Amino acid sequence: MSSTGVVVDERIKETSKLRQALIRPELGAIVGTIAVFAFFIVFAGDSGMFNAQGVLNWSTVSAQFVIIAVGACMLMIAGEFDLSVGSMIGFAGMSIAIISVTLQWPVWIAILLTFALCIAVGALNGFIVVRTGLPSFIVTLAFLFILRGFTIFFPQLIERRTIIGGISEKAAGDWLAPVFGGKVGGSFFNWLAEMELIAVFERGTRAGEPIVNGIPMLIIWALGLMIIAHVVLTRTRFGNWIFAAGGDAQAARYVGVPVDRVKIQMFMFTAFCACVFATCQVMEFGSAGADRGLLKEFEAIIAVVIGGALLTGGYGSVIGAALGALIFGVVQQGLFFAGVESSLFRVFLGVILLFAVILNTYIRRIITGER
Amino acid sequence: MGSFDHNPIIEMRNIEKHFGPVIALNGVSFDVRPGECHCLLGDNGAGKSTFIKTMAGVHKPTKGEILFEGRQMSFDSPRDAMEAGIATVYQDLAMIPLMSVTRNFWMGREPVKRFGPLMFMDFKTANEVTMSEMRKMGINLRSPDQAVGTLSGGERQTVAIARAVHFGAKVLILDEPTSALGVRQTANVLSTIDKVRKTGIGIVFITHNVRHALAVGDRFTVLNRGKTLGTAQRGQITPEELQDLMAGGQEMVALEGSLGGTV
Repeated sequence: MSSTGVVVDERIKETSKLRQALIRPELGAIVGTIAVFAFFIVFAGDSGMFNAQGVLNWSTVSAQFVIIAVGACMLMIAGEFDLSVGSMIGFAGMSIAIISVTLQWPVWIAILLTFALCIAVGALNGFIVVRTGLPSFIVTLAFLFILRGFTIFFPQLIERRTIIGGISEKAAGDWLAPVFGGKVGGSFFNWLAEMELIAVFERGTRAGEPIVNGIPMLIIWALGLMIIAHVVLTRTRFGNWIFAAGGDAQAARYVGVPVDRVKIQMFMFTAFCACVFATCQVMEFGSAGADRGLLKEFEAIIAVVIGGALLTGGYGSVIGAALGALIFGVVQQGLFFAGVESSLFRVFLGVILLFAVILNTYIRRIITGER
Repeated sequence: MGSFDHNPIIEMRNIEKHFGPVIALNGVSFDVRPGECHCLLGDNGAGKSTFIKTMAGVHKPTKGEILFEGRQMSFDSPRDAMEAGIATVYQDLAMIPLMSVTRNFWMGREPVKRFGPLMFMDFKTANEVTMSEMRKMGINLRSPDQAVGTLSGGERQTVAIARAVHFGAKVLILDEPTSALGVRQTANVLSTIDKVRKTGIGIVFITHNVRHALAVGDRFTVLNRGKTLGTAQRGQITPEELQDLMAGGQEMVALEGSLGGTV
């Protein structure tokens, strides 16, 4: 064994820079994003999908996916799943509606209480998982039903209906509501309209105002959560612990990583993301419905898997998950713009999920050198 | 041997460990001095794993005492033992294959850099130290971002050993580091053990391969059925004697006869 000089093993082929650059979790999502945009520019380019209004349309839908995908991504890298995300969205929305409309408490109190409640449920999920050692799949499946059941039960019991409206009126003048339901950059869009760069209303009470009059806070939340999660994951000590907890919990424990705490915190973060989604939605619609968020947990997981994360944990990328969410939003809205039957979206989801998982397995083999 | 002038870093006296009705260890005594490689041999089920886990703070002994640097000690957790300077490299749980060498090397003890109230992991320092520590052990990494999964079994063991040495281990416990390796990789790991020993660290080398033990060992202790069969110094024992002790004497003689003396 030589201890000096570079030892080159003659059996290892030189790996090209290109190949190295390609071997990253986001690869599939990047390729997918380019393909999806190319497809819709060709087939729906003149349908208004890429004017200001169209862009806002699919960006908003994508942003919704991004918010829950970021949470699901961090949790999946830490080695766990949360199937209760969709029910949590319905539950959080209903909680805000009941506290603000039925109880007549200020909206900001309703929002803060709901966040506390959701994060507590997330912590409970995580606590049960790490204490019992049961698969998170089962534990959170239980909460999928528990939370959805309560979401239907309480409004029926209290208001004798499953949709509670009137939140917009309550939220008017509230200091916290605009953080979720407001828009930013209004003056910039007015300026764009004056420069005649974007379309304005031709008739009606808002004639002369730009059709797109600001960026919804939903998009700001999506970008903010994505950037923070990405930095935490790739640039901090805590991020290393998240990878370690999902990569091999026992090996991580041996070197002193607080694996249980990390996992519980990731469950709480996922709950927080679901709550952000729900709050933005409730503020936008002005109402809460008991069926909100249905199937969102699977859409979040699919976006994360398209983004290159491994279902087994320990590997993945927030940027990838966000791109996966963008693919979703663009395809869902793009099919509408292209005039394609929207039920085909489900077919697309299934197909792309399958391709993503196959590609990821292949990439993992290259990384770990398995054969 | 010069190292024998020193007092032991860790001394285990008459350690007993019972798991319910099972007596896994029935009075084992063992010590490690700075700069020596003390081999712990024994067949499967002899109690090697239980014994090193007791030393590493995973199990608490039912009876017996542990002296660390002359003082009586009781470790409540692996973390306790680690803080004291007892590092263990487990055979298969040492590394996380999907993570980079640097991330593995620093796992649990990441260096941080402050930017105002924000703390980031200091990847520049982490990468540099990882590269240089690995170079000291004779491994030239392509890049510190390389996933551990791309390393060979021997290289993974070396990363784990380098990590323990870097973080100030005084005693390094190696749990069958060569059992799953090929000839060449075994030689690499054995030479790493030799390098580490020369820096004054005491090594506990667990193996059931007599040849590997004799290649680097200064002293040899054989465990059988939860008891110490004895400790021998280098040069006082032949490979055959060691083999017989491990396997429990007579049965082995009979077996060897039937196999033409090849075992």
